[in-house]
Amino acid sequence: MTKFRKKVYLAAGYNTISFGSGRKEFNPKKARPGIEQYITEAGRGSIAQISDPKNIDEGVISNFMAARFCKQGNLAGFIPEIDPALEYKPSTRVEGACGSGGLALVTSMKTVLSDLADTVLTLGVEVQNTVKAIYGADILAGAGHYASERKEGHAYFFPAKFSDRAGVYYQKFGYEPTRKGMALWYEQMIKNARKNPKAQEYQNSIEDLFGAGMTPPNPKAFVENLNIYDCSKVSDGASALIFASEEGLKKLGIDKKDAIEVVGYGQCEANLTKQPEDPTRLLTTQKAAEKAYQMTGLGPKDIGLLEVHDCFTITGILALEAAGFAKYGEGAALVESGKTRIDGEIPTNPGGGLIGFGHYVGGTGVRQAVDCIHELTGKANGYQVKINSNRPYALMISMGGNDKTVTAMIFKKAE
Amino acid sequence: MTFDERLQNVAIIGAAGKMGSGIALLLAQEMARLKNKPENKDKNYRLYLIDINLDHLAGLQQYLRTQLVKAGEKACVLLRQMYKDREDLVENQDCINQYVEDALSFIRTGTDLSIVKDSRVIFEAVLEKKDLKVDLLKKMDNLCGKDTLYLTNTSSIPINILNKEANLNGRISGFHFYNPPTVQKLAELIFADNTVQELRDFSMELAKRLSKKIVPSNDIAGFVGNGHFLRDGLYGLREATKLAKDYSLPGGLYIINKISQDLLIRPMGIFQLIDYVGVDVFQSISETVAGYIQGEDLEDDLLKKMYDKKILGGQRSDGSQKDGFLKYDKNRPVGVYDIDKGEYKLFDPQGWSGELDKKLGEYPVGFYAWRNLVADLKKNDKLKTFFQNLKSSNTLGAKLALAYLKNSKEIGEKLVKIGVAKTAEDVNNVLLNGFYHLYGPINDYI
Ligand SMILES: NC(=O)c1ccc[n+]([C@@H]2O[C@H](COP(=O)([O-])OP(=O)(O)OC[C@H]3O[C@@H](n4cnc5c(N)ncnc54)[C@H](O)[C@@H]3O)[C@@H](O)[C@H]2O)c1
Repeated sequence: MTKFRKKVYLAAGYNTISFGSGRKEFNPKKARPGIEQYITEAGRGSIAQISDPKNIDEGVISNFMAARFCKQGNLAGFIPEIDPALEYKPSTRVEGACGSGGLALVTSMKTVLSDLADTVLTLGVEVQNTVKAIYGADILAGAGHYASERKEGHAYFFPAKFSDRAGVYYQKFGYEPTRKGMALWYEQMIKNARKNPKAQEYQNSIEDLFGAGMTPPNPKAFVENLNIYDCSKVSDGASALIFASEEGLKKLGIDKKDAIEVVGYGQCEANLTKQPEDPTRLLTTQKAAEKAYQMTGLGPKDIGLLEVHDCFTITGILALEAAGFAKYGEGAALVESGKTRIDGEIPTNPGGGLIGFGHYVGGTGVRQAVDCIHELTGKANGYQVKINSNRPYALMISMGGNDKTVTAMIFKKAE
Repeated sequence: MTFDERLQNVAIIGAAGKMGSGIALLLAQEMARLKNKPENKDKNYRLYLIDINLDHLAGLQQYLRTQLVKAGEKACVLLRQMYKDREDLVENQDCINQYVEDALSFIRTGTDLSIVKDSRVIFEAVLEKKDLKVDLLKKMDNLCGKDTLYLTNTSSIPINILNKEANLNGRISGFHFYNPPTVQKLAELIFADNTVQELRDFSMELAKRLSKKIVPSNDIAGFVGNGHFLRDGLYGLREATKLAKDYSLPGGLYIINKISQDLLIRPMGIFQLIDYVGVDVFQSISETVAGYIQGEDLEDDLLKKMYDKKILGGQRSDGSQKDGFLKYDKNRPVGVYDIDKGEYKLFDPQGWSGELDKKLGEYPVGFYAWRNLVADLKKNDKLKTFFQNLKSSNTLGAKLALAYLKNSKEIGEKLVKIGVAKTAEDVNNVLLNGFYHLYGPINDYI
């Protein structure tokens, strides 16, 4: 069992609004902030919480497809734009599709552990509303294997991938209970989002959320087994936080009570050219969670806050099973039990998750960690979870592509 | 000839107009779909778009390109299936681009009527003038083979008359699209007494292919749709004129437009709708129908005056609304025409129009704007409650609205009685699918 050779902390989290359809102020015809504005807003939001930005040693930024969405590459070059003190500091951009944010977290963590840096500013960003969803689907399909999958693939490539998983799952475990679990997931996520002013669904006013979630899929216009409520939205946004060693926290003037500690992690990569072995399971997610449990000696019973990658409602349910919170085939029942609600035993995605908060793809993993900081340090305001002292740990899982690039991290409040 | 063979060579006359351009888009989509069927690979397709207005023809090409892109974006799931054997088309963007190119490649625009000579089906959508339509139909019949079929989009002229005067021997039918043809779900089909069977079948099949709701209408001037719209509009004009005594004419127009939108829960007020269709179009419908139907006053002085003063409404080529009975800013009414002064009186919520709103009184409990009910699954219950409350309300607005609803219902019943519509359901379907109403005029609410 590997152990960290020193303690690594996270603090100074900041999320921008997740912007896109659903936000009242969003108008596709009006000009919007560009990717650099999101990066600087998030970065400045984070460094406003430390004493002096010159004490930041490095920067890491994650993003998926700015090269196509925004015709912009070389994103690490925006880090010095956040603050002049960051000019000439080492900076790195990482990419792992929707799991990019998870990679930013591990890269920053490893950098601190390497002793080459005491503090790392970690960012994640995506700006997707530059193109219509139908063309965005082409871009996002890059998270799969273009050569073997795109031509055969659906117009809505990724929704169809998870729709296929849902289809097999329905057959195995029954349509009704699964569909119901998915609709309840939607309902829980939107209710959470309504408590989070930065969530894309904050202003959602649908009266009958469960009813909306039960809308029958329309394969002619969309995909076979999912409706639009099953899908996270197209989002623009960015998140930022700071990784630091013990020493680093001091340099930045961060009080331990405002920080959380990484107690373990699991990182897995699966072969992109292969189809999932079993569509009803997220096997890579399962491996990554198991690694994190092994490293820490912890298990699901110790987790009092869960952040999973619910790009689709079905994915949320599969993730509950993969991470060991429900037995295989019982994820929907767990959602139905109410245990994943914000006031339940295992509060899951209290800020709204990808379904309710939004999914600025390459930034989502960082956003999940920011929410863990806010929850564990008691700064989540409207969507604050009461952390059960018997379950003081938070688990987050960042997933890229069709369960290919996965990072799991376990945190606790710093002591 | 089969339906698909007919659709290989099609022409539209008046193609740059409001209706013609929408019909062009619908047919281009259907023809592109046919062209991409494996069995049609080697066949040639042609869609001729004829209009006398060169500027509008240029605008039409731009319009078709933009709209085909949008249509391709919406139908991308199907496009990918259609192009599944084209290995070079991988991304959605590739398929959409190809689709637009495919459709545009068989379209030819022009001003010269003679290019239609090989067309197997011709759609006529020029101005609502009988003599013009007859003249063009005759000319085309001389150019084309004797098995060419004609579909006219006339909204009021009896098909029997066009058939007889153009000497078409039953090769004509009324295929009445609604405005805009790409959006409104309705196709009102009208046959002349001797319309040939092949054309009847063709019309039915076309409506199905374009996913239109078919409502048959008997061949009586105005048919069902404009039979209702004309009388409904004339009623509005007369009510406004009556109200002019107490509230001035602009005031009367303001009141009737407002209650006919809000309290009838319709998408637009009646004068906004007349402006949308075009004051000139409305006037020519009135003139035409009045010419064929005796014993009923189907004309109006105020309407004629507006027409003579060339205050015509209608849309600019970019789709924005031109001023008519009402003045518009970004397609929203902001004022009303004062015909005596020859200028628009701007709405003034703090002043005159606010005063009139007060006179109309509070809206009954359970009021919803049309746009808030249109997608509501429980809209029928909500409408029922609202209309009940409307009936028990004593305000000026409620009284005017109730009278308006009653009149609309009577028009509907009359259309069935005089044999224009076959059933009350047909009348209701026309208003539901061609006018975006939430309820049919023949209902139990009133
Ligand atoms: N506007 C509506 O709401 C509506 C609805 C249903 C049916 N209609 C009917 O559709 C027909 C067209 O109406 P519209 O509103 O599209 O009118 P429009 O004025 O927008 O279009 C008519 C087009 O015909 C063209 N045209 C005139 N003379 C021509 C000729 N000799 N050769 C070729 N083109 C010629 C004009 O240039 C114009 O582009 C009418 O019969 C009308 O009653 C209209």
